[in-house]
Amino acid sequence: MPRYFTDEHEWIDVEGDSATVGITDYAQEQLGDIVFVELPDVGAMLEKGGDAAVVESVKAASDVYSPITGEVTEGNSALEDEPALVNSSPEEEGWFFRMTVGDTDELEGLMDDKGYKAFVDNL
Amino acid sequence: MRYLPLTDTDRSDMLAKCGASSIDDLFVDVPEVARLDGPIRDLPMHASEMAVERHMKARANRNIAAGDAPFFLGAGAYRHHIPASVDTVIQRGEFLTAYTPYQPEIAQGTLQMLFEFQTQVARLYGCAVANASLYDGSTACWEAVAMAGRVTKRKRAVLSGALHPHYSQVVKTMAQFTGDTIADAQPAIQTEPDLEGLISRIDDETACVVVQYPDILGRVSDLAKVAEAAHAKGALLVAVNTEPVALGALQSPGELGADIVVGEGQAIGVGLQFGGPYLGLFAVRDPKHVRQMPGRLCGETTDAEGRRGFVLTLSTREQHIRREKATSNICTNSGLCALAFSVHMTLLGEKGLRELAAENHRLACIAADRLEKVPGVKLLNNAFFNEFTLMLDGKPTRDIVHDLADRGVLGGVSLGRLYPGVQALDHALLVTVTELTTTEDIETLATELEGVLS
Amino acid sequence: MNAPNKSGWKPTMETSADGIHSGPATTTGNHALMLEEPLLFEIGHAETTGVDLPDVDESAPRRLAGLERSEPIGLVGLTEPETVRHYTRLSRQNYGIDLGFFPLGSCTMKHNPRLNEKMARLPGFADIHPLAPQHSVQGALQVIHELADWLKTLTGMPGIAMSPKAGAHGELCGILAIRAAHTARGDAREVVLVPESAHGTNPATAAFAGYEVEDIPATREGRVDVEALQARLGPDVAAVMITNPNTCGLFEKDFRTIADAVHEAGGYVYCDGANFNAIVGRVRPGDLGVDAMHINLHKTFSTPHGGGGPGSGPVVFSEALMPFAPLPFVRKDENGEFTLVEEESREATRGHTFGRMTAFHGQMGMFTRALTYMLSHGADGLKQVAEDAVLNANYILRSLQDILYAPFADSGPCMHEALFGDKDFGGGLSTLDLAKGLIDEGYHPMTVYFPLVVHGAMLVEPTETESKASIDQFITAFRSVTQRALAGDESLKQAPYYAPRRRLDETAAARKPKLAWSEPNE
Repeated sequence: MPRYFTDEHEWIDVEGDSATVGITDYAQEQLGDIVFVELPDVGAMLEKGGDAAVVESVKAASDVYSPITGEVTEGNSALEDEPALVNSSPEEEGWFFRMTVGDTDELEGLMDDKGYKAFVDNL
Repeated sequence: MRYLPLTDTDRSDMLAKCGASSIDDLFVDVPEVARLDGPIRDLPMHASEMAVERHMKARANRNIAAGDAPFFLGAGAYRHHIPASVDTVIQRGEFLTAYTPYQPEIAQGTLQMLFEFQTQVARLYGCAVANASLYDGSTACWEAVAMAGRVTKRKRAVLSGALHPHYSQVVKTMAQFTGDTIADAQPAIQTEPDLEGLISRIDDETACVVVQYPDILGRVSDLAKVAEAAHAKGALLVAVNTEPVALGALQSPGELGADIVVGEGQAIGVGLQFGGPYLGLFAVRDPKHVRQMPGRLCGETTDAEGRRGFVLTLSTREQHIRREKATSNICTNSGLCALAFSVHMTLLGEKGLRELAAENHRLACIAADRLEKVPGVKLLNNAFFNEFTLMLDGKPTRDIVHDLADRGVLGGVSLGRLYPGVQALDHALLVTVTELTTTEDIETLATELEGVLS
Repeated sequence: MNAPNKSGWKPTMETSADGIHSGPATTTGNHALMLEEPLLFEIGHAETTGVDLPDVDESAPRRLAGLERSEPIGLVGLTEPETVRHYTRLSRQNYGIDLGFFPLGSCTMKHNPRLNEKMARLPGFADIHPLAPQHSVQGALQVIHELADWLKTLTGMPGIAMSPKAGAHGELCGILAIRAAHTARGDAREVVLVPESAHGTNPATAAFAGYEVEDIPATREGRVDVEALQARLGPDVAAVMITNPNTCGLFEKDFRTIADAVHEAGGYVYCDGANFNAIVGRVRPGDLGVDAMHINLHKTFSTPHGGGGPGSGPVVFSEALMPFAPLPFVRKDENGEFTLVEEESREATRGHTFGRMTAFHGQMGMFTRALTYMLSHGADGLKQVAEDAVLNANYILRSLQDILYAPFADSGPCMHEALFGDKDFGGGLSTLDLAKGLIDEGYHPMTVYFPLVVHGAMLVEPTETESKASIDQFITAFRSVTQRALAGDESLKQAPYYAPRRRLDETAAARKPKLAWSEPNE
């Protein structure tokens, strides 16, 4: 299952016409203790690069952008009770939402694992 | 100058440290066009305490204080007895001269007080969570409309015709700029509030219905009916209360199904003060709406040694962090007024608030019965708490209120003043009675009213 | 009588591992004058009251439409002695200006003269109803009018709105007037320019009024980049919001040039008056080309902060914006009488008013205090206020710049506040650690992490009401804590040690918000 990364520190796993989105380990570390995640409604249409979710730490609220265009099919309800999952397991249990994959061409501009690591090392 | 501790010697020593030869060197960045050659003209020079007191007292003495005359005004601002200890507490320097509690280790006094205040307000309103206060009832009312829009993602608010007209005005002012649609109405001059008419205006685009309880004419509406109708259309019910003492006798808006309850808290602990500062109260019934609330919130936590303590929390909703994405641009609460409210509410307690409410209602019933007997006077209300509407024959009530003041009686609020241009209300007088009203005051009003009307 | 601690809650304050509390643990958790206090709901009772009122007569007639309360409210009461003690104990866990130096940048925590409090409590001001017949409150209307005149004269501006309830409300008032003015001339503009160093309220306000917000960059010396600003001006820019003196503590020396350029491009200039204390009585913003500016009466004019409000934020206006100011306002008539102009007469006076912002006429209780303050100082005293405030800040800047990074120390004199950054702190220590260290030294910390343009910003505003001895002692303490921070003194990470509470867990508070007391499960 291929995983892609954006330069806004989201990751996206694509499996057929469905994808799972979250924020990277690097992003959670920068944000500090996550206290709340505001997820998009199921059925919401997201645009590539558009606002998708908000992640809040004690002192900051940051927007999370959609890596691709598609419709939200599921939000991670575990984050409601336990936003700390984003800190403890950002790239697995702390996923944000699932969405449909409208146009696979949109994935082409995204980074792969190696590319993202190089990107972060340069920050 | 009695407030400025630096001496001339201090000033020259300090200028030397700054490498400046005169104070003007420190203002060198002020452009030429804005430099002045001395103190600003057309203003007096400094004055002693005695002189200032004389000046201010001369102005205070030109006003008729509520305590100096039989007094029957309300309509969003109420005169109640404030126990002496309230002012003693709020004048303590540690409360009076403290800042917003952003350094919680040295602000636990303010924070614990706010936590207690939030609990008191939430319980009074029948809600789960109240915030640490807003400017006043009218701005809280707008914030409720705005919040309902965020929750429902709709942009239309239906205002009851019997909402305080100044509150409606504030909502309409703000809505001009946010693009919300405000459906308002005039109050129907009838014995009972027109709930059917209100309910018929709720549609599938409606974010919220705003109902005052008790309303601007003093009437008491069964909010549960409106709540049911609003919820059926996916809208929220916003209840507005301007007289918190009433909730010592009436079921709370939250119990009746209101989703957001806002109001003016001035009646408890805060004096009339010609309209401000007052105390905006804001609460939500469902705790899941907390993150959509405006204003400061105080929450419980523990310190590094495990002791209980309090902090301002969920501040990511606020302007200093979210900037243009904030829930509201407000960056203040009415802290000292919240303290006054909380101290007074602590002195009252459950027992005192219920007794206070009963006494207000008892005296209001006596006044309504007595005034109704004055020739040319008709009582509009079937039900009321401590405020009711009289329909008067003859001149517009605006003139009658003026004439009564000339006879030494502050006889009520003329609805003609609140609704300029609405002829039907030109002859309506809103009369308020509190525990401070004596039966002699009521008799005086009845007599003088009879004199003015005949 | 009340049984204390119904919930069984007891403060724990045992001797800490670091040995700071060197004495034995106490049974009560109290440490002599440092007294713990339970929550009101843990000591109060539903049957207890501190007021004497007639018992409720259950048989009395009710005209409440059948909506009588049947369930308990859930409130508790205390008698007067218990009430006074509860709040007195709470008060002692607070820092206030009355206790010590409060160098909170951009907040202007100056002494609050007690004459102000006395005057505000005169029954002729404190006990009058906002809707009383106008001829019975002429003295109150006169005070509003008089204060308005002072503010207009001090700012050199012809118009004013007195009703805004606080600074942010005033800011909203100014931006709404600008929006109304553009709308009136059929010129829909979409953008408001705000410097990146601005207080977060500025963009929040502009966004509320429906504008898109764009940042203006700053120069390396800490001022607005005039060239970048001029390049951005155009027919879509409604206004520029600038704080002057700015949030880096510097006077915007090109303000007039900026204002002229903005006017040339058809926009308006909003000045955030938060820092007016630096120039009051010495510079009139009207002379700089300002169109609208709010004035925080609780900053410059010494009305108390009250632990977070109430404030008061009158707004002064240029000729161009005057017709759009909100209702109501006070007018002096030819016969010397004062009239409160409300909705009914709007056509005759301010035909273009954008409407009403609040139920009544503004913060009268703050007006009496502010006018008392102005009369006490006079034109000469207010000028001295600005001069002493600026002198104190420069003295602090020059006394600390050798040890603490001062990014704009070479940009000329500062105004009423001095800005520092956390460069060169050792051992991973931060501005927050230094701030908490100052608490142990007996000071309220300066403003931290604002403005955002300086890393680990520390904004120090001494105000004019501190003596030189007080400032010298602060400098000594600040230097000592700074030296610890530079040396990477680990102990700072745990500070404060001596405050009523150690550092509080804000993450836990935000993850599982507990915002009201609830009865413990029994």
